[in-house]
Amino acid sequence: MRINCPHCGERDYKEFRYAGDAVKTRPALGDADLRAWHDYVFLFDNPKGAHREYWQHVLGCRQWFVLERDTATNVPGRTFRPRERGSR
Amino acid sequence: MRDRYSALALARHAMTGAAWPRAWRSAEPKSTYDVVIIGGGGHGLATAYYLASRHGITNVAVLERNHIGSGNVGRNTTLVRSNYLLDGNTQFFEYSLKLWEGLSHELNYNVMLSQRGQVVLGHSPAQMDVLARKGNIMRLNGIDAELLDRGDVQRLLPYLDYSTQSRFPIHGGVLQRRAGTVRHDAVAWGYARAASALGVDIIENCEVTGFRREGDRVTGVATSRGPIAAGRTAISVAGHSSQVAALAGLRLPVESHLLQAFVSEPIKPFVNHVISFGAELFYISQSDKGGLVFGAHIDGFNSYTQRGQFQQVQTAAECAVALIPSISRLRLLRHWGGIQDMTPDGSPFICRTPLANLYFNGGWCYQGFKATPAAGWCLAHTVANDDEHPLVRHLGLDRFERGNGHDEYALGLWTYRQ
Repeated sequence: MRINCPHCGERDYKEFRYAGDAVKTRPALGDADLRAWHDYVFLFDNPKGAHREYWQHVLGCRQWFVLERDTATNVPGRTFRPRERGSR
Repeated sequence: MRDRYSALALARHAMTGAAWPRAWRSAEPKSTYDVVIIGGGGHGLATAYYLASRHGITNVAVLERNHIGSGNVGRNTTLVRSNYLLDGNTQFFEYSLKLWEGLSHELNYNVMLSQRGQVVLGHSPAQMDVLARKGNIMRLNGIDAELLDRGDVQRLLPYLDYSTQSRFPIHGGVLQRRAGTVRHDAVAWGYARAASALGVDIIENCEVTGFRREGDRVTGVATSRGPIAAGRTAISVAGHSSQVAALAGLRLPVESHLLQAFVSEPIKPFVNHVISFGAELFYISQSDKGGLVFGAHIDGFNSYTQRGQFQQVQTAAECAVALIPSISRLRLLRHWGGIQDMTPDGSPFICRTPLANLYFNGGWCYQGFKATPAAGWCLAHTVANDDEHPLVRHLGLDRFERGNGHDEYALGLWTYRQ
């Protein structure tokens, strides 16, 4: 699998580290609802198909970004900087 | 309808030339069952067998999307052992190993248990302390464990790298003699045959596409071969737990990851034990056909592809040569991937769910195969009694919200991602 880092271009996947589901939204700081925090931290949709996830280019620019990837085929799609329009 | 397998039956069939009957019935789905088990892997078939043989519930269907033995029960590295550290795991896996020890007789099917012993190596004084502690915990629970120093390991496994250039020098190890390997396909076939003989319907090519519910109660399933009503329904589909649970509206603390295994070309008998490297997640054994079987770490990102990335092939090969330099010219013949549920604390689930009459078994993280008999035993108990078996009370879906994560390696949550 080759991933297109938004800063460095296409590189082999082993330069990167998978860092989890980017679809989930963290509850607001100060949110006292433990159920919301539990669901955010521990539960996953874990889809078989289109997914949106954080990766870090650990052996490159060390930047975090969002990658679209199909988990059923491993075909990687677009990448976004975390706050870029369309990253969510 | 079925022949009991024995030397006499073998002789009779050899003399008369009579064909052996099919090992289990190919059943058509009925409209209603007392219990429906989703997933015809080792765990699902074992659950059906123990429901029928121990709880007297024989109106049971096992629904398999593909064919029996096509999933993780045939995609593992066939190891069985019970050298665990945490209370709960220690007793559960020892119970499983004891069931393995009697399984061929129980099922009248040779699962080819080979208790060749497993050595976990230590590569530093600190690691030897950890292994000594682990061995002591096992012995306090009545499980066999022997601490080995470097000389003991060298006498037992003379072909490892004991040279001064060794990157990870061998300081010793801990040996569990009762650990070993099992013929994994035979486990699926043996449980299927024994369950079928007790009246369980094993239904292949039958995919569950939805659940029938009345309020918070599950009353059956919709399948690719029509609706089936069920008194109780159990999910046992590790790898795809999230997909099936989502059909019932449940989200799970599970991510699906890919684990690879590797087999070399066959060689004469050489590695007579199971050996676990202490410096990396890597282990090796030799199959009856002569191939060296390697197991390693997950690929590192969530995937359902059942095929691996090259990086793990390379890592496994590097570990193999670091451990046994003499196999450096051996070629890898095959490698394959299985999809497994990874959980935040590395421990599984066998429990009731928020929906009445729906039960869940999954989240096995690396250790599903060796757990097969005990998982079936405990899930059957949980389904039959609508209450968790005492061995798995700590393995509920609600343990994270109660702060009771069950973390065998004491490294904190999510260690599989690091």
